[in-house]
Amino acid sequence: MTAIKQKDLILYSGLIILGLAAPYLFSAFKVQLTYLCVLIILAMTWNLQGGEMGYNSFGNILFYGLGMYLTASVQVGMFFPLAEWTESGGEKTFVHTTAQYFQGIGVGLLVAAIVPTIVAGAIGYAILGLRGHYFAICTLGLGIAAGEIAGGIEIIGAGQGFTTPPFPAEIVDPEARGQFFYFLSFLVLVLAFVFVKYIYGSRFRLILNAIRDNEDKAEAMGIQTMKYKIVGWMCSAFFCGLAGGIMGGLIGYIDSTDVAFDGREMGVFMVLMAILGGKGTLWGPVIGATLFHFFKEGLWTFILGWQYVALGVLIVVIVVYFPEGLMGWLREKYPERFGEVIDEKDRKAQVEIK
Amino acid sequence: MDFLIFKAPMLMVQASLDGILLGILFALIAYGMALQWGVMNIINIAQGDLVILGGYIAYTMYLAGIHPAWGVIVSPIIMYFVGWALYKLVINKVVDRDLFISILATFGIAIVFQQLMNFIFGADVVVAQSEYGTTMLFENSVTLPNSKIFSAFISILYAIALVVYMKKSRLGRAIRATAQNARAAKILGVDTEKVYAATFGINAALCGIAGALISITLTLHPYVGLPYTVRSFMIVIVAGLGNLPAVAISGMGLGLFEEFADYILGTEFRIGAVFMLLVFILVYRRFKLSKKREYLK
Repeated sequence: MTAIKQKDLILYSGLIILGLAAPYLFSAFKVQLTYLCVLIILAMTWNLQGGEMGYNSFGNILFYGLGMYLTASVQVGMFFPLAEWTESGGEKTFVHTTAQYFQGIGVGLLVAAIVPTIVAGAIGYAILGLRGHYFAICTLGLGIAAGEIAGGIEIIGAGQGFTTPPFPAEIVDPEARGQFFYFLSFLVLVLAFVFVKYIYGSRFRLILNAIRDNEDKAEAMGIQTMKYKIVGWMCSAFFCGLAGGIMGGLIGYIDSTDVAFDGREMGVFMVLMAILGGKGTLWGPVIGATLFHFFKEGLWTFILGWQYVALGVLIVVIVVYFPEGLMGWLREKYPERFGEVIDEKDRKAQVEIK
Repeated sequence: MDFLIFKAPMLMVQASLDGILLGILFALIAYGMALQWGVMNIINIAQGDLVILGGYIAYTMYLAGIHPAWGVIVSPIIMYFVGWALYKLVINKVVDRDLFISILATFGIAIVFQQLMNFIFGADVVVAQSEYGTTMLFENSVTLPNSKIFSAFISILYAIALVVYMKKSRLGRAIRATAQNARAAKILGVDTEKVYAATFGINAALCGIAGALISITLTLHPYVGLPYTVRSFMIVIVAGLGNLPAVAISGMGLGLFEEFADYILGTEFRIGAVFMLLVFILVYRRFKLSKKREYLK
């Protein structure tokens, strides 16, 4: 038992060292690495309710976009009038000092984590009562409605977008901006991973699995399913909000439907990554997100213009031919590695039945 | 209530007529949705994109110098084969699977369709001119494009034809039998695989007709498919599967809602309002159904 623990320790410390060294090792790819961290966070937390709870949401993009707008709005609104900022050229008139910038983004991220969590809790009771595909379509509708509505609100820039505060000019080091956002996202990633790993070892995960496998039976066994479903969704929302806040600062520009409530890209990516890696596993979404990111960055430039076609085809292929994902496939192939014991007699009996 | 629409009764008449005529068109798309949902148990997110593709077929005819109204005959024929091919390529692998698989797979198809249409037809908003003129009512205070009346008329015509076809023809009976019980139908000699392919083809053909009508009444753009999907989904969940009068009525209701939302909230919130309505309908339905549950509240 201790041997396994030691192996884990080596693995995790190795990953953390790799993560900390990455921006220095691959200095040119800092933005890509930040993207990767955010993608892993999104995939992992989507998996929490999509894979573990069986509630396949297309609407986590709602929390992501909300977090993005909230971080930027708080960061601006703390020091300057928001309405004047979002009018054209506001970011040129008002300049954040270094202290203001970091204060703003700190408070902004805090708000971006808390508010989506509250929103998830508030709408959870109504939305999570829907089952299966009704839930999927309803959340799809929520995500798109949020984008359309945000595109009509003047104070956050409406259709012309919202420029997030630029990184303070007083910091002259050209590497600083990339490093700041990378370490921020890496920190959140580590937090998210520790949190998800904790959940994987807890009773909470078993309850979520029970809901996924048969909600009515779980309810009959005395589990207050609604409570746990809402908490599960709130966990996802918390990290989605944070991830959105970081992405807003990194991209530097928020558009209602193309960046924030980007159901066509981010909203699908997070589902796809989790499925690619394997729903309902701890490492599946991490591996899926990493693979997907490499695939995307590697291929996107070669097939410029055709990337959405490739994406669509990829979705169809993964979903139709590969619904168990990488981890599911490995599990099928090497069940011993996953701690599953195969009863040879039972397997033979089953083969005979077939 | 300080809205313009409540002050001017003529605006209300205008919005109502527009809404009803538009709603009939939505109902046609929704009927296709209900058909495939009922028979094959899949939810097709690419429904709206099939509509837009049908519209672009009519638009291409318009560019070639043929009157776009002929699209209502040409477009469904082409779209039938598009649907049939789509079934053979992808859909037949998701029919018996979890509904979420079909949602995600058709979502992928929708993205492919959008992008291909963007390549072929460009990202501009286009409209095919039918040059049917407009009808003026109530001393010129209500204007009604004749193309809208034409489209409602054609929609009703096709809907009636489809109902008759489903009732009388051999394939129609096979489709209805498969919808009721696919296994029993199979045992009794219905080639369900063929029935599924035909159903998806008919659905695509209906989308083609609706698209051709949309190309002359509204506008076309590669990325506006999803709202049509959501509208038809909404109509189907309100009306239920296989209930044509209810589909027609809820389609008109949705058309009315949209036109009034357009006036009251402003055009920029129109699509947002449609999606919010979807959320509200689903949530309302959820609370209504949860009242029937008798264990553990």
